[in-house]
Amino acid sequence: MNKNRKLLSGPYLVWSIAFIIIPLAMIFYYGFTDETGAFTFANIAQMGTMENLKALGLALLLSLVSTIVCLILAYPLAMILSNLNVNQTSFVVLIFILPMWMNFLLRTLAWQNLLEKNGVINGILNFLHLPELQIINTPYAIVLGMVYNFLPFMVLPLYNVLIKIDKDIINAARDLGATEKQTFLKVIFPLSLPGVISGITMVFVPALTTFVISDLLGGSKILLIGNVIEQKFKQGSNWNVGSGLSLVMMIFILLSMAVTTKYDKDGNGGAF
Amino acid sequence: MLNTQNILIDFKNISKTYGNNLVLDELNLSIKENEFLTLLGPSGCGKTTTLRILGGFEKPDQGQVIFDGKDITSLPPNKRNLNTVFQKYALFTHMTIAENIAFGLKISGKSKTYIDDKIKYALKLVNLDGFEDRQADSLSGGQQQRIAIARAIVNEPKVLLLDEPLGALDLKLRQDMSYELIRLKNELGITFIYVTHDQEEALTMSDTIVVMNQGYIQQMGTPEDIYNEPQNAFVADFIGESNILPAIMIEDKLVEILGARFACVDIGFGKNKPVDVVIRPEDIDLVKPEEGTIQGRVTHLIFKGVHYEMEVMANGYEWLVHSTDMVEVGQEVGIHVDPYDIQIMNKPESEDEEAVGINE
Repeated sequence: MNKNRKLLSGPYLVWSIAFIIIPLAMIFYYGFTDETGAFTFANIAQMGTMENLKALGLALLLSLVSTIVCLILAYPLAMILSNLNVNQTSFVVLIFILPMWMNFLLRTLAWQNLLEKNGVINGILNFLHLPELQIINTPYAIVLGMVYNFLPFMVLPLYNVLIKIDKDIINAARDLGATEKQTFLKVIFPLSLPGVISGITMVFVPALTTFVISDLLGGSKILLIGNVIEQKFKQGSNWNVGSGLSLVMMIFILLSMAVTTKYDKDGNGGAF
Repeated sequence: MLNTQNILIDFKNISKTYGNNLVLDELNLSIKENEFLTLLGPSGCGKTTTLRILGGFEKPDQGQVIFDGKDITSLPPNKRNLNTVFQKYALFTHMTIAENIAFGLKISGKSKTYIDDKIKYALKLVNLDGFEDRQADSLSGGQQQRIAIARAIVNEPKVLLLDEPLGALDLKLRQDMSYELIRLKNELGITFIYVTHDQEEALTMSDTIVVMNQGYIQQMGTPEDIYNEPQNAFVADFIGESNILPAIMIEDKLVEILGARFACVDIGFGKNKPVDVVIRPEDIDLVKPEEGTIQGRVTHLIFKGVHYEMEVMANGYEWLVHSTDMVEVGQEVGIHVDPYDIQIMNKPESEDEEAVGINE
């Protein structure tokens, strides 16, 4: 019986060795060696070049802005959702999740079409004799794409913590004299922090490393660190530098994960 | 001098529906200052809704709540001079005990020394000195309950609302806490409004009990009144164990139960009128067959500690009898009831008064 149970974990074990552990080991190998296979720190040090630092800085800035915008949009929505009854919630969640059933690339391509100089939005604006919207190939378009794609990852963990807050805890705060605003600041928001942290990580990490959104909506002019790494692998075929930069990015991701686990000690963020 | 007869809270024609479910139907209730009043009833009887309307967490569909002479029906909870102890404590888990207790005081802008003194005083009052820096979720249920009470009373409310506060505690703790609550009530000298479905809690603690069922007040009175003189079968059955029997009031002071005539003390019911009678099991005396009003045979016997519980089959009815004297199963006995131990009640006039939902 016990032996049979252990066998059940076999497929997952094979999967994780083949597609997680071995690739990770290869990235470490490439990251710390040069083309001849000799050990080197040069690939890691590549992050220090002016061009790469700029890409990293821009990626950090844009994903930070996107995360903040997502949080501001998602929090009220999650609060409304958590106050609805079950039937209404599933309907609203459905409307919200529906776009996610479309392919990520398609959605981003759709935004490219919408935002283009002669795209759908500007067509309508022209028809109405309004000034054109020219944000395609700018950081604004990238932020828009990030927010659009990653917003659900902010809403869900927030909704998960908010729905679990006992309504009587909120009633107790009101009962003890707190206004609605005080109740939010002193009780609801602090209690929802695990979800906030969880949502921030879920949005920040993929936004930091994306290259598709910046490729499609930023033109080829705006390079984020994700684009730089992508180029090293594809155009330059320089796997060593690409891996080295990836390892540096991994440190950033691990850092934000560490922050998450520190604050989400009860594990009720619901996201991971 | 404090006039204890002052009406502090007045519910006027309060109705409340949830969907198609009528929870309160034109409820009228006056609560006096300094009273320990208990709303008692089975689940779904409207007792918690009544409390939540007073706390400000629910709005009635119609009617008014008058508090201290002012209409507070549409006042938000934070503007009401009363505090609530919630059923599941509802402590702020992200704060320490001291922060929990200080919550209301900080909001009303009290000085730090005042708050610190109050925290000390409140913790002493609920016998949890030194718990200031503990986290709320590290406490046992009974301790959390005490903190919830402390958190409420530091604000010096005129009224403390308690929503089944002992419901989640085990029996021993429940008994201890009910004595604590009586002591607190006396020390604080404020009005307590207590919601429970536990008749024993209600009888032990209350000055006044309001028995509710299906959104109506069935009876209101002192614990003694409610227990000894239930006004209808529902109250009789809900409060304590009882024999409820259909009977006919032959004339004043004479009632016919199961074909046998018993002397009683009630008058004014008319002649040959169908009524219900309540006889408490401890009020039935088992005597020699020839000395009893009716005769029967003991069918069950259980030892309950303080007394024996017996069932006696007589005139087609199983009489529930509590006695400190044991009678063996199978023995012939006579049943005697003193006149003042027979409680006569009018038959229910409407369906609402019927003893529905008793078995919950």
